Amino acid sequence: MESISNPIVHIKHLTKSYRRGGQIVSVLTDISLDIPSGEFIALMGPSGSGKTTLLNLIAGIDKPDSGTLKVGGIDIATLSEGELADWRAANIGFIFQFYNLMPVLTAFENIELPLLLTQLSHKKRQEHVELALSMVGLSERMEHYPSELSGGEQQRVAIARAFITDPVILVADEPTGDLDRVSAGEILAILKRLNSEMEKTIIMVTHDPYAAKTAHLIRHLEKGELDVTD
Amino acid sequence: MHFLKLILRNTLRHKLRSGLTVLGIIVAIVAFGLLRTVVDAWYSGAEGSSDTRLITRNAISLVFPLPIKYQERIRKIEGVTAITHASWFGGVYVSEKNFFPQFAIDAKTYFDVYPEFLIPPAEINAFLIDRKGCVVGRKLADTYGFEIGDTVPLRGTIYPGTWRFTVRAIYDGAEAKTDISQFFFHWDYLNETRKKATARKTSRKTDWVGVYAINISESNRAAEISNKVDAMFRNSLAETRTETEKAFQLSFVAMTEAIVVAIRIVSFVVILILLAVMANTMAMTARERIGEYATLKALGFSHHFLAGLIYGESMAIAFVGAIIGILLTFPVTDKFSEQVGTLFPVFGVSLETIYMQAIAAFSVGITAAVFPAYRVAQISIVEGLRSIG
Repeated sequence: MESISNPIVHIKHLTKSYRRGGQIVSVLTDISLDIPSGEFIALMGPSGSGKTTLLNLIAGIDKPDSGTLKVGGIDIATLSEGELADWRAANIGFIFQFYNLMPVLTAFENIELPLLLTQLSHKKRQEHVELALSMVGLSERMEHYPSELSGGEQQRVAIARAFITDPVILVADEPTGDLDRVSAGEILAILKRLNSEMEKTIIMVTHDPYAAKTAHLIRHLEKGELDVTD
Repeated sequence: MHFLKLILRNTLRHKLRSGLTVLGIIVAIVAFGLLRTVVDAWYSGAEGSSDTRLITRNAISLVFPLPIKYQERIRKIEGVTAITHASWFGGVYVSEKNFFPQFAIDAKTYFDVYPEFLIPPAEINAFLIDRKGCVVGRKLADTYGFEIGDTVPLRGTIYPGTWRFTVRAIYDGAEAKTDISQFFFHWDYLNETRKKATARKTSRKTDWVGVYAINISESNRAAEISNKVDAMFRNSLAETRTETEKAFQLSFVAMTEAIVVAIRIVSFVVILILLAVMANTMAMTARERIGEYATLKALGFSHHFLAGLIYGESMAIAFVGAIIGILLTFPVTDKFSEQVGTLFPVFGVSLETIYMQAIAAFSVGITAAVFPAYRVAQISIVEGLRSIG
């Protein structure tokens, strides 16, 4: 177990299990982990090791069975569904393996989507989105629909959508899992920039050792237990 | 604005599916409107009746006539402002399929009691001076091409022989619900012909009429005056039964009540089928987009926002189908009316029917979205995201 003063993520004795076909399957067992603010951490492990579950818990889209889970000093396990939704909108940026863009919205509109939950004016939203588009190198493709973009471009749109609200933490679940080596490299470079230049805390789940090397810290999960390896 | 954009784009996402669903709604709304209009047509006689008009008929049955001498006795009852009479003729114009109601009337008084039949003064005068003249409704004239001066032959079924009438007047209705498919001629002509036939012993009794139509001074005196009329002829050879014109018309509807009920039930079954089609579309739509809804939830959008998207899409489809369906109801009912000729004297889409169509479509739009919206609200983000890939 690690102890860091004022970690952005503080996990202690966390457990999580699921009910599958009438049986209770333990996914995470007694996990303790502190992630400092501004860290870029990679969670690795074989399929079924519980790394995505851990990511989901940190991101507030799932709830633990027991243990402590504090993000930014807030015990998110105690928040109601509505409070969690608001908390996620303000604090978490999501990057998914399959991008999860809205197919009926353009790149611009997809990136703008999280800003609709803020009080920003139309003009301000437009400025933010244009800036985000330029940061991921897609200013020329803002009017394109996801189906008109390559996998790498879609993931760049997804990254722009993730950081558009300036969240504290970016959670990335296999962000390069569906991409070729070149596109994966571009995505990892953007993530690295977000971490180094914008000081975003990034928690990335990956199978890919090459992707994991981008992170400062690598943690392995094995059968629901954390194996500390730097 | 983004909310509406999302709804619109989602609605147009599967154009074939949305198009077919809209088509289903159009067909159902038109069918519903047509069936409701048929039901309305059944009641049009009652709807077009006056509050201050009573009908007196033979107490035994409408088939039995009343003596003409009752007219003057009824006229003297306090509260009666006018009286006239009409007798069912039941003739056939060319063939049995050309059905329209024909009445032998008291020409001098009939149109005073029925002011809703509008006739130009010159034409009514021409009718009054020609004992073989007739008055036809505008719909009847348009259907069979009758014009002023035309001869209309009717083959009598109750009164034997071929009766020839000259069109002297064409009447219009004061209101849309006025029956403009009737045919009127002089009762005097019928009675005189029957007298001649009686002399030859080939006809029924003379100086009898089918029903009396009575105008009264105040509608709230209908029961009192009806009782007075019936009391006057109690224990006579032809006892009377007097009721409001509306009750009289409804007694005809009651004879075919089972058909009306069946049509009503079918009209609602159509809406239930529509609901099933629409609910299926929305359930498929929501199931396909579970991953997207989970993503939106993860980004912080509420259950209400997602439910709004589903309700919005369902309502958008229902709205488009309803608008086109309602608009198409008019030409379809017109075509239907042409096909059935003068079977339904008043046949038109009422405002109430349009409201019912709109309410049906609105209800279907809302109801079809209930289950998908509930399901999306209940599904966990993790489960939803798992469906992607």
